[in-house]
Amino acid sequence: MSKQAETTNRTTAIHQSRPPSDARARMTRHHMIVFALIGLFVVIAPQFLYPVFVMKLLCFALFAMAFNLMLGFGGLLSFGHAAFFGGAAYAAGYAAKVWGWPPELAIAFAVLVAAVMGAAFGFLAIKSRGIYFAMITLAFAQMVYFYALQAPITGGEDGMQSIPRNALFGLVDMSGDGPFYWMVVVIFIIGVLFMYRVIHSPFGEVLKGIRENEPRMISLGYQVQRYKLLTFVISAALSGLAGGTKALVFHLASLVDVHWTMSGEVVLMTLIGGMGTIFGPIVGATVIVTMQNYLANLGSLVLIIQGAVFIVCVLTFREGIVGVIAKWLKTRL
Amino acid sequence: MTSRHDDGADYVLTAKGLTKVFGGIRAVDNVDLSVRRNSIHALIGPNGAGKTTCFNLLTKFLTPSKGTITYEGEDVTNLAPAAIAQKGLVRSFQISAVFGGMTVLENVRLALQRRVHGRSFDFWRSSKCLNSLEDEAVQLLEDVGLEDFLHDRAADLPYGRKRALEIATTLALDPRLLLLDEPLAGMGQEDIGRTSDLIKRVAETRTVLMVEHNLSVVATLSDRITVLARGAVLAEGNYAEVSEDPAVVEAYIGEPNDTYD
Repeated sequence: MSKQAETTNRTTAIHQSRPPSDARARMTRHHMIVFALIGLFVVIAPQFLYPVFVMKLLCFALFAMAFNLMLGFGGLLSFGHAAFFGGAAYAAGYAAKVWGWPPELAIAFAVLVAAVMGAAFGFLAIKSRGIYFAMITLAFAQMVYFYALQAPITGGEDGMQSIPRNALFGLVDMSGDGPFYWMVVVIFIIGVLFMYRVIHSPFGEVLKGIRENEPRMISLGYQVQRYKLLTFVISAALSGLAGGTKALVFHLASLVDVHWTMSGEVVLMTLIGGMGTIFGPIVGATVIVTMQNYLANLGSLVLIIQGAVFIVCVLTFREGIVGVIAKWLKTRL
Repeated sequence: MTSRHDDGADYVLTAKGLTKVFGGIRAVDNVDLSVRRNSIHALIGPNGAGKTTCFNLLTKFLTPSKGTITYEGEDVTNLAPAAIAQKGLVRSFQISAVFGGMTVLENVRLALQRRVHGRSFDFWRSSKCLNSLEDEAVQLLEDVGLEDFLHDRAADLPYGRKRALEIATTLALDPRLLLLDEPLAGMGQEDIGRTSDLIKRVAETRTVLMVEHNLSVVATLSDRITVLARGAVLAEGNYAEVSEDPAVVEAYIGEPNDTYD
């Protein structure tokens, strides 16, 4: 091929890359619109919704997003994420109640505890795959559950109650739901932006490659185990962020937070919202938490309705709510 | 040729006494293999001869029960598969190994990312820093004739194009030794021609070891052929030599189901 022909060829090739980079810009624009909508929601929500309910929503949205980072982007189904969520809730509660730490430090401590637990469990769990991986994570989570049940510091069946919200930085009073709401909003936004960055980083690209074809990634020279472990730790730490915040919202860390049903619930939220989408877990968490809240007077019927919603979801739109919307709009959300 | 057989410097990859036992069955039995630099070396043999097992041993996807593997004068018998890939020994797979949900360009970019950005775990940076790799990715895809498919999903490519994409992805790592596992399997005549030309071009500056069933391609492409049967080396030499070897003829006729086209 002559030099000139080669140059022309190259120009056409580069020219062809135009439309997709437009598509990428379009996608980013869509994401910005969704971010703006979420921002608008959290600002006006306290006007017409009970703030504690919105805070609960934000905590579970964060938890589901953290879980989705592993399942949707790393292809790792953990069935033990309650350990990080609940373990962090106890850690934040202990720091605030026993040590009298301010909320920002109590939550930071909770994140640290969850990350360390994630590193330890992840190190042992990532050696196996698929159902075995899920079972090992479940087994670890059950260990944490029984520890929470038996240990003297966790309050056993009663849980850790009346966890105080001390003054932020030792200065700003956080005992009312009004001011604490804004702290939760800031935590949520930081968590979401951090996750958005992880997904759209070179590390995130590697993660998608592992989800698509793990042996091929190994043959390209990627040490996939290390990527999986780091994903596990990031996911656990962010679950801890959600759990620690939740403990301060409700002044309570209880066995419900570490029970295996919590691990199941987060799977449910992620699948209903759309696994592997960015905003799906937020939508899924909203659906589940809203249902639990507003149908609470129906008692155990809630679980049946939840199950029915899940079955309908799996049978009719497997991509989840956001997955389906993204398909309509021909974009990735 | 045999007089220089012990001169290590001429060989990129040497395996000695390679053995793999699966629950009592010797899938690969005491195989010696030496791959000369800048040559195309083919590994052939009837079904079940242990070619793919041999491949998996050389790329460390399986651990040998016995034997040693030397690559560029270094003992790599106990290295992890990712580590050996980082040293420039890169394999392809029998079943087309592309990242189906990604675009053709993203497939190659992912390989370039490993070579250029190394083993970094930078989850705090924007993936926009990868855009600078795209020109080189386009170049690699032009070389394999995929310039019109840059933004197609890899899963939507026809079979032959997928193989071409796989080779482009492998070349993005700038490997010294390519191990191709049946690069032409399942291809139409037109794709076979294009891909074997590609392999020939690639081998001008690199070494290629391939498993291949299509004997006419093996005949025209390879400089040296090793014939395996029942896990052991049956014969070695150029095409003329091995095709007249009575043991080889018998092994192939004894297996009428094998592709002998």
